[in-house]
Amino acid sequence: MIEVKDLCFTYPTGVEALKGITLTIDDGEFLAIMGQNGAGKTTLVKHFNGLLKPTKGEVVVDGVTTGEVSVAQLARKVGFVFQNPDHQLFCETVEEEVAFALRNFGFEENAIKKRVDWALNLLDITQYRQTSPFMLSGGERKRVALASVLAWDPQVVILDEPTIGQDHQQKEKLRQFIVQLNAQKKTVIVVTHDVEFVAECNPRVVLMTEGKILAEGPAEEILTNQKLVAQASIVPPQITQIFLGLSDFGLPTNVIDVHEARRILLDILEGAS
Amino acid sequence: MAVIKTRDLTYTYPGATKASIKDVSITIEKGEFVVLTGPSGCGKTTLCRCFNGLIPLFYGGKLEGEVVVAGCKVVEHSIYELARHVGLVFQNPENQLFALSVEKDVAFGLENLAVSRDEMRKRVDWALQITGIEDLSERSPHELSGGQQQRVAIACVLAMQPDVMILDEPTSFLDPVGAQKIFEVINELNKELGITVILVEHRLDLASKYANHVIVMDEGKVVLDGEPRGVFNSEKARLIGVGVPKATRLYQILGENGIRLGRVPVTSEEAASLLREVLKRD
Repeated sequence: MIEVKDLCFTYPTGVEALKGITLTIDDGEFLAIMGQNGAGKTTLVKHFNGLLKPTKGEVVVDGVTTGEVSVAQLARKVGFVFQNPDHQLFCETVEEEVAFALRNFGFEENAIKKRVDWALNLLDITQYRQTSPFMLSGGERKRVALASVLAWDPQVVILDEPTIGQDHQQKEKLRQFIVQLNAQKKTVIVVTHDVEFVAECNPRVVLMTEGKILAEGPAEEILTNQKLVAQASIVPPQITQIFLGLSDFGLPTNVIDVHEARRILLDILEGAS
Repeated sequence: MAVIKTRDLTYTYPGATKASIKDVSITIEKGEFVVLTGPSGCGKTTLCRCFNGLIPLFYGGKLEGEVVVAGCKVVEHSIYELARHVGLVFQNPENQLFALSVEKDVAFGLENLAVSRDEMRKRVDWALQITGIEDLSERSPHELSGGQQQRVAIACVLAMQPDVMILDEPTSFLDPVGAQKIFEVINELNKELGITVILVEHRLDLASKYANHVIVMDEGKVVLDGEPRGVFNSEKARLIGVGVPKATRLYQILGENGIRLGRVPVTSEEAASLLREVLKRD
């Protein structure tokens, strides 16, 4: 469990990035943090693995106050995949990259090999095992970064903009994988602007603006609230936009999923004829 | 008039065992707004690198077939000559900006082309104005937000007044409202200045409404090439796993259930108005 209590953070430059955040994230939860550029989303999640320490307030991860331990101690429990894979990748081959953290954590060579195989296979990059990460496309580099964190099987996985550069099929795989992690009681926290991805996953959503939490709740509630969405510089999913445009027919306005949309439309059209 | 034309274009990176793009033959007309999409690693970025000569002039490797850009055969010209015709905006503006002020960054390309000082002043001001960042001209690009940086990157390329502007997922680091604003700037460049736009993009829900030509690649080949509605609604697009706009997907799902809408929608507005007609009928 992650407990954030009245968290404030000010960067050394004087920028006040977080202004009193209180939030509880349970084990096995899938949480999406959304909001405009500069709202403080990444600053917030960097507190979960201790990369940043609170200026005021506290963050408690599984009973441990992050201010009192090092990033290295928290990393085993909380894995962080950065927004830009180039900030994370540095080894000469994909295989070494994925094995790097495992070696640091002191895994046995045998276990390392198994875990690397597993992670490469999971993210569909086995064929690049001996390739330099820097020879790969942007979307592929992103998957190498993901594999290198998932390999050590952390209890909490933080993904900063995981869908950037990913095609539709990769996104669907990512969605299924997150569902699987949740089933194993692992916590997944995603920072994202990808409204359509969130609409497909329907996680709990936390909307942020200017260092504060603007609203939180199920995706279908938050993403269909036009006022909140506009305040957070996002746009409703396309299906929601369609239904908002048809509200005068008495259609519900809180629809985010295309299959739910089909069900509602079929009910009306078949019921009428 | 074709501004880009390729014939049987095949390219292999140095040291690679297989070609990254294979037998690509496409024509892009002047003034078109093209969306180039396809699974990650399918060769989109490689194809774009052929348009401004980075391939083969910078990357080396083996290029077969032909690519003609604004009347120039790419292999017969240098990168700086091609830069006058084709501008490239990177996915991540941080990889492109480096000067100490926005104005200097925007002027950099022109300095390299040895444009006169007066002309440079005029073009820099013009590019800053069109992209809506005049008030940022003295700021350091590195203290700007992602959306502002992307506008600077676009201004840098725009100042060179290219015939063709290639943008490689230019909004992926931006929030949806910021992304929409960038798409509107790009759309203006296309509609008002007549610049041919090639947009590499996965998020078709946001980008499709501006396009009049969609090219889909898969495993190095062009597999679909035509106007958006036809491409998005094709069986092939579904099989490759192209993330067609949800409006188009809803049209298809309703069709499978016997409800036919008047035509294939690409935007939510279109889908809503087509559904309106069906709902009224009942």
